[in-house]
Amino acid sequence: MSESTRLNVFKTYKLYVGGKFPRSESGRVYEVTDSKGNWLANAPLSSRKDARDAVVAARKAFGGWSGATAYNRGQILYRIAEMLEGRRDQFVREVGEAEGLSKSKAGAVVDAAIDRWVWYAGWTDKIGQIVGGANPVAGPFFNLSTPEPTGVVTVVAPQDSSFLGLISVIAPVIATGNTAVVITSEKSPLPALSLGEVLATSDLPGGVVNILSGKAGEMGPHLASHQDVNAIDLAGADAALAKELEIAAADNLKRVLRPQPVDDWTADPGTTRLTAFLETKTVWHPTGSLGAGGSSY
Amino acid sequence: MASLFEYAPAPESRSVVDIAPSYGLFIDGEFTDAADGKVFKTVSPSSEEVLSEVAQAGAADVDRAVKAARKAFEKWSALPGSERAKYLFRIARIIQERSRELAVLETLDNGKPIKETRDADLPLVAAHFFYYAGWADKLDHAGYGANPRPLGVAGQVIPWNFPLLMLAWKIAPALATGNTVVLKPAETTPLSALFFADICRQAGLPKGVVNILTGYGDAGAALVEHPDVNKVAFTGSTAVGKAIARQIAGTDKKVTLELGGKGANIVFDDAPIDQAVEGIVNGIFFNQGQVCCAGSRLLVQESIHDELLDSLKRRLSTLRLGDPLDKNTDIGAINSAEQLARITALAETGEAEGAERWSPACELPSAGYWFAPTLFTNVTQAHTVARDEIFGPVLSVLTFRTPDEAVAKANNSQYGLSAGIWTEKGSRILAVANKLRAGVVWANTFNKFDPTSPFGGYKESGFGREGGRHGLEGYLDV
Repeated sequence: MSESTRLNVFKTYKLYVGGKFPRSESGRVYEVTDSKGNWLANAPLSSRKDARDAVVAARKAFGGWSGATAYNRGQILYRIAEMLEGRRDQFVREVGEAEGLSKSKAGAVVDAAIDRWVWYAGWTDKIGQIVGGANPVAGPFFNLSTPEPTGVVTVVAPQDSSFLGLISVIAPVIATGNTAVVITSEKSPLPALSLGEVLATSDLPGGVVNILSGKAGEMGPHLASHQDVNAIDLAGADAALAKELEIAAADNLKRVLRPQPVDDWTADPGTTRLTAFLETKTVWHPTGSLGAGGSSY
Repeated sequence: MASLFEYAPAPESRSVVDIAPSYGLFIDGEFTDAADGKVFKTVSPSSEEVLSEVAQAGAADVDRAVKAARKAFEKWSALPGSERAKYLFRIARIIQERSRELAVLETLDNGKPIKETRDADLPLVAAHFFYYAGWADKLDHAGYGANPRPLGVAGQVIPWNFPLLMLAWKIAPALATGNTVVLKPAETTPLSALFFADICRQAGLPKGVVNILTGYGDAGAALVEHPDVNKVAFTGSTAVGKAIARQIAGTDKKVTLELGGKGANIVFDDAPIDQAVEGIVNGIFFNQGQVCCAGSRLLVQESIHDELLDSLKRRLSTLRLGDPLDKNTDIGAINSAEQLARITALAETGEAEGAERWSPACELPSAGYWFAPTLFTNVTQAHTVARDEIFGPVLSVLTFRTPDEAVAKANNSQYGLSAGIWTEKGSRILAVANKLRAGVVWANTFNKFDPTSPFGGYKESGFGREGGRHGLEGYLDV
């Protein structure tokens, strides 16, 4: 058979939950098209049960991931960049189709996304020194403030920037030790679902990132009111949905990052997204004293 | 109780404080009546004596105060940081000068012992203003990038348990960063905030930079909802905190919430028992237990349960409950009849659910609102007294066998504000502190506070931090 007549193999796009690749428990899919309306694939239309399963997986992964050393988390984030670099061509094609970009523009987006993992890989063992530290209290006490991850974070990924935007909101959440339940761009979920395949081969423990394709308007309210979710990033929610989700999030006082206008996802991301999902723990201990005389050395 | 020996009364003099028969709202630098002329009385919880009558702010007054704060914002935020700093240093100094007067006032209006207002509240109030004064001209170096900007008008609602200290935690960082303020003190403790208004006048603070609205929850809600408020800061109950989070959803308002707690105080078998007992007493009976970070759940390693409880009961029998102005008083009055009713009801629930109740022999004064120090033993995690915040002098005692069990029980709470660890083993302190989901962990000590030390909770204890460099963030556009 000549190469020109060979029928290529389609990919079944699946969710990424708890380190595995399930279909939606609902059995639902929806058609995903490119920017010109041509059919690309059927993506799972995740249900609220899928969302709940993802929270269970994220909670289960939290202890290990938050307890891993910052150095280890950095190594793994860097490994994600390495794996992505190896699959660069695939993502250039998928991002190009999803966002209607030329090959060179899609290439620039993917390069920026790879570099973003590298940027956050370097942050894992530095953020503690930037935002924590010793506090000079007026008394004989050792007093130290340290940042800790908030817990399970729901991320409503950006709708337009389906890959660079997605990575720009996931990476800071997990860099500090949180685990994530991500709702992809509804219109362009394929790069996100393929990212799951990269994460699965990057030594990232299963459940640290869980990726659900479908409607933010359908899953969002369940995740925003879920009692075992600690925070929500509303990056990809429109104003009405963001308000609805923020109200639901108040039920257990989730930390809420409201949608921020982003003109250019390639710009320096700063530390705002890193610090949005951190708690500060301050530990006190008496210092005691070594006698009145002491030593001047 | 059968005292070892009697003490002669040693009351602090009331003459250092002159309480006027009535006070207005402090708006735009002037004391003024409420628009609708409403007033309410504030009583001394230890005697039920009416101390004064104060104006009751309504929505119209909130609007007027926010307008005044907005008007003042332009100039105040444009002042060089070094000039704002000097106003705050002035305020800190005047508080130090008037600290005895304010301590007596606070004890009268709140019911807490003079020993606490004199030695804890007031020194911390002055220190807080002194600390944030120094930040006002150093914000470029605070780690939030160059030239961080204030948010605008801060609407602040504070509770009655540490009236002036909570005011300081709110106003000092707000002014240092260049915001202006509308603050509502709690309805049962309005007086120290009104005296603070007078301190602002003495310090020459520009009009409208600080506005004080005395009133009830409706005024607080109107303030939170006001469209021209840029920042909401609230300390109080988790239920109200959730309501505020809903209210401000979909707006640009920045919010910090310091809410309830059910702090676990964990005592391991190698802890120095006498020190641990002092820490437990301080943890739950300081300020009659009306402290959000109180160590209200005692987790004792099973092997030392009996020994520790014997020591604790012996110690509780020596606590002196009575006249808050007496310098020997350890336990003052409960802040209000309403709070007393809540504590009483929760303690009754504890008994009804089968926990064992104990209090030392303790004579309660006939007038005022009083509750004897109370222990519950045989408490399980399912008991209401182990789950709900009581906000009173009631300690629930649970046991554990292993450090893992202690951590699991400590974290089994909707709250995550404070925790305590008592052990001589350093590695155990660090391991347990690392696992506790709480914003403040006291190891071999409890209830220590300092303006340089960030304070605030995990989970439903709220979000944001007050104190330290961290405390600036909630008032800057970062």
